[in-house]
Amino acid sequence: MLSCRRRASLPAPGRYSGRIPEWHTETRTDIKTDINSNMWNMKQLEYGALARRANRIKDELRQGVRKPYKEVIDVFQGDLHGAGMKPLTFVRQVLAACVYPPLINSNNLPLDVRQRAQEELGRCVGGSVGSYSAAAGIPEIVHSISEFIKRRDGGIPSHPENIYISPGSQWSISNILNVLVNREASPRTGVLIPVPFYNKTVLSITQLGAVTVPYYLSEEQGWALQVDELQRALESAKGVCNPVALYVINPGNPAGYVQSQKSVQEVIRFAWEKRLFLLVDELYQDCVYGENCEFVSYKRTLSEMGPPFSGTVELASFHSVSKGFLGECGLRAGYVELVNLDPAVMKHIHTLSSKDSCTPILGQIALDLMTDPPKPGDPSYPLYKQEIEHIRAVLVHNVKRVHEVINSLPGFSCPPLEGGLFAFPRLNLTPKAIQKAKELGLQPDTFYCTRLLEEGGVFTGPGWEYGQKEGTYHIRFCIAAPQDVMEELLRRLSSFHMTFMKDFS
Amino acid sequence: MSQQAVNGISHRGRVLTLDSMNPNVKRVEYAVRGPIVQRAVQIEKELKEGVKKPFTEVIKANIGDAHAMGQKPITFFRQVLALCSYPALLEDSKFPEDVKKRAQRILEACGGHSIGAYSTSQGIECIRQDVARYIEKRDGGIPSNPDNIYLSTGASDAIVTILKLLVCGEGRDRTGVMISIPQYPLYSAALADLGAVQINYYLDEDNCWSLNIAELRRALNAAREHCNPRVLCIINPGNPTGQVQSRQCIEDVIRFAKEEHLFLMADEVYQDNVYAEGCQFHSFKKVLFEMGPEYSNTVEMASFHSTSKCYMGECGFRGGYMEVINLDPEVKAQLIKLVSVRLCPPVPGQALLDLVVNPPQPDEPSYATFMTERTAVLSTLAEKARLTEQIFNTVPGITCNPVQGAMYTFPCITLPQKAIDKAKELGLVPDMFYCMRLLEEDGICLVPGSGFGQREGTYHFRMTILPPTDKLKVVLQKIREFHLRFTQEFS
Repeated sequence: MLSCRRRASLPAPGRYSGRIPEWHTETRTDIKTDINSNMWNMKQLEYGALARRANRIKDELRQGVRKPYKEVIDVFQGDLHGAGMKPLTFVRQVLAACVYPPLINSNNLPLDVRQRAQEELGRCVGGSVGSYSAAAGIPEIVHSISEFIKRRDGGIPSHPENIYISPGSQWSISNILNVLVNREASPRTGVLIPVPFYNKTVLSITQLGAVTVPYYLSEEQGWALQVDELQRALESAKGVCNPVALYVINPGNPAGYVQSQKSVQEVIRFAWEKRLFLLVDELYQDCVYGENCEFVSYKRTLSEMGPPFSGTVELASFHSVSKGFLGECGLRAGYVELVNLDPAVMKHIHTLSSKDSCTPILGQIALDLMTDPPKPGDPSYPLYKQEIEHIRAVLVHNVKRVHEVINSLPGFSCPPLEGGLFAFPRLNLTPKAIQKAKELGLQPDTFYCTRLLEEGGVFTGPGWEYGQKEGTYHIRFCIAAPQDVMEELLRRLSSFHMTFMKDFS
Repeated sequence: MSQQAVNGISHRGRVLTLDSMNPNVKRVEYAVRGPIVQRAVQIEKELKEGVKKPFTEVIKANIGDAHAMGQKPITFFRQVLALCSYPALLEDSKFPEDVKKRAQRILEACGGHSIGAYSTSQGIECIRQDVARYIEKRDGGIPSNPDNIYLSTGASDAIVTILKLLVCGEGRDRTGVMISIPQYPLYSAALADLGAVQINYYLDEDNCWSLNIAELRRALNAAREHCNPRVLCIINPGNPTGQVQSRQCIEDVIRFAKEEHLFLMADEVYQDNVYAEGCQFHSFKKVLFEMGPEYSNTVEMASFHSTSKCYMGECGFRGGYMEVINLDPEVKAQLIKLVSVRLCPPVPGQALLDLVVNPPQPDEPSYATFMTERTAVLSTLAEKARLTEQIFNTVPGITCNPVQGAMYTFPCITLPQKAIDKAKELGLVPDMFYCMRLLEEDGICLVPGSGFGQREGTYHFRMTILPPTDKLKVVLQKIREFHLRFTQEFS
């Protein structure tokens, strides 16, 4: 029987915060488990329990069980549609016509929708979204993406052969990590990761048998990335692992920080000096709110820095249809642009992606619509523009309100949200609350989130899941929800928070 | 930044090189989309640019992609999916009531009523329930627990996930995985990528590619010398061979797996593609349970299915699932963790799967059209399977086993020694040489048998039976002529 016999001293779920468990890991050769031991090294996700509880509460509400709230406000993930935001009409009309081509002859759909659907189908083998595409993606769509990148980056060329479409950005990230991480290497491969981080990527890193090397973003400076801290992190890796890559999220997740061009340049210079492969998650590039904030891509900055950087620093930039204005998480499509990679290695990356068949065609089409949207003069443009502006307005409003409300509550604070889709406010929990959490065998912020879910009907993520300095506590929640939902969320959160703080004063 | 850093480094040296990269990735090959296909794509480009060739199009009979070859999608599925994509169409009277009902049910199960929302990593619960019910119905009432169902991005995703979980150990303890020769090269690619030990067991070409327990035992015992065999993979109906396992054979395999303490992986994506008389699909799950609690309570197994094959052919949606049996609850918890890394399977694929396991019922408006379309696809495939076997067997030097199921033929080709020598000269495997020539001369793209594995000294190619019947007849004719020409040239 396939089994998981654990070592007695395996850390209990949620024991770590402020440092990543596998960073100071003991060697695991004495674990007698029949399954891949990297599975155990993947940090225990207590949200599994929280998510299950959230689902159970949703079921109970559906069955009519009385609770202090009528529905659960689920802002746990960066899921726009899940939180009630609407898909873009143009995108969905084109997809529907691609799925059921008789709609192309329907007068109920705008002309540009029908023409676009016809174009997309013309690129599909056999004219069907049900056939496989080339492994790297439908060539015309890959080309579209390269043109989008070029436009975005002020004309700096982007080569289609360096672009790979994948079922979501995490798929791509784990493929690139798979190539980077040499499991047989000694010392083990290390990857620098920000704290706080996006937990899925860190799970990937651990699952592949690499070591995470945390660098702490500066909460006091709105979660800024500081090169000194990168330096410190790198030093701490000496003798423990061989760091080969630097993982950056810009704009941040969960930390809503947007790097200035200067900051990006500093990181690139650091990566160049220290011989690190740059993995840059840029999923939130359309989510920038801060005044004087602007998204500037790593690719553009690298190119503009000129030699020796521009021709040598190896860079993988990731984007997807899941965030931004499309919010099409469920379609699973993203891409990576690879810069300065060894051509021999690129060949292997190509073979690796070919065994995965291809990205879902509907997702690829959504990518095309994202990178080549309606233009002024197109029949769909006015509505498209209106919808984009509405989403933007909602996000900007939410970001202000969240900042206002959180900072008005005692024991709760957060810096201005400059970008991204999450708030990551800091909880100043009392010793009493912390004690109670310990008694229950929970991380203090998990305890807070559990109570918030049960009593307030708001589903958020505990800070320890995303990493934080030891002794600090946070919660993470998505700020992309319709304004009325956000107001209700803030009302419930405030009410719960006051009660909680009072109970544990 | 130090001056030295600016001046001193004329050549920083890449971080990621052939030497520093994961050595396993270098061993990965996937013939179905390999070098011959890359050449085919190149030729297509040349044709587009007006280069003159002895043919006007490249026929890609290399990949099991039905729609690419002109097979039509099932109307009901596409209608429901269109409504799911753009729910405003629910007001459109042109769509039948049952289509609307299905779409509404699916949308209700989605976050924010949108197929753009994430689902749970295991897949939408009501869809897993529907899958479980489908399995129960298919297997004569043997219960299926939705908690044991994991939706996935095509069956390939689930197969690789299970392998990731199972492959561990170092050196002589490294996990060994038994796979048929010939096999679908996803398996060899995944095993190479994971650094697992591939244990080959040969199917019996002289007996219609049947599986032989004695051969399984031989392979296993030999493998025990250098690895820790833990997994046995079966593809039924087979790919590339198309053989459909008899019930007796499946029982024997299950017995063998229990005796030898092996985890069974049953790849059943072609379960509706059964053509030969006297052949029937028996699911491993069903046979396992019919063998009684001694087996059904102990043998650990995962069965895989997908929306890419059968009569649907919806490869581009990447829909699929696996059902796991007798997995330790703690191992299942690890499995959840693993699938959560990629968040969730594509929701349109999940929706499509729901329709596949829950097709129109006789009393529903879409039923008649659905049945007509489904029957047409499967009967056409059966006819093409027969035709292919028949025509290939008229060619001296080509022997073709009956295509009992799936979508491919894997005939044995006799190559003259001179051709084999020429291939060696060119640094090519003989069947690759043969297939490349066929591609260049006739514009037909097949996959050489070496991409799937074959007995030493034998050569094959895999061709799909998917081109429309008329085109298939032409293809078969051309291959016949090519083979005779080729044999003549190298005689």
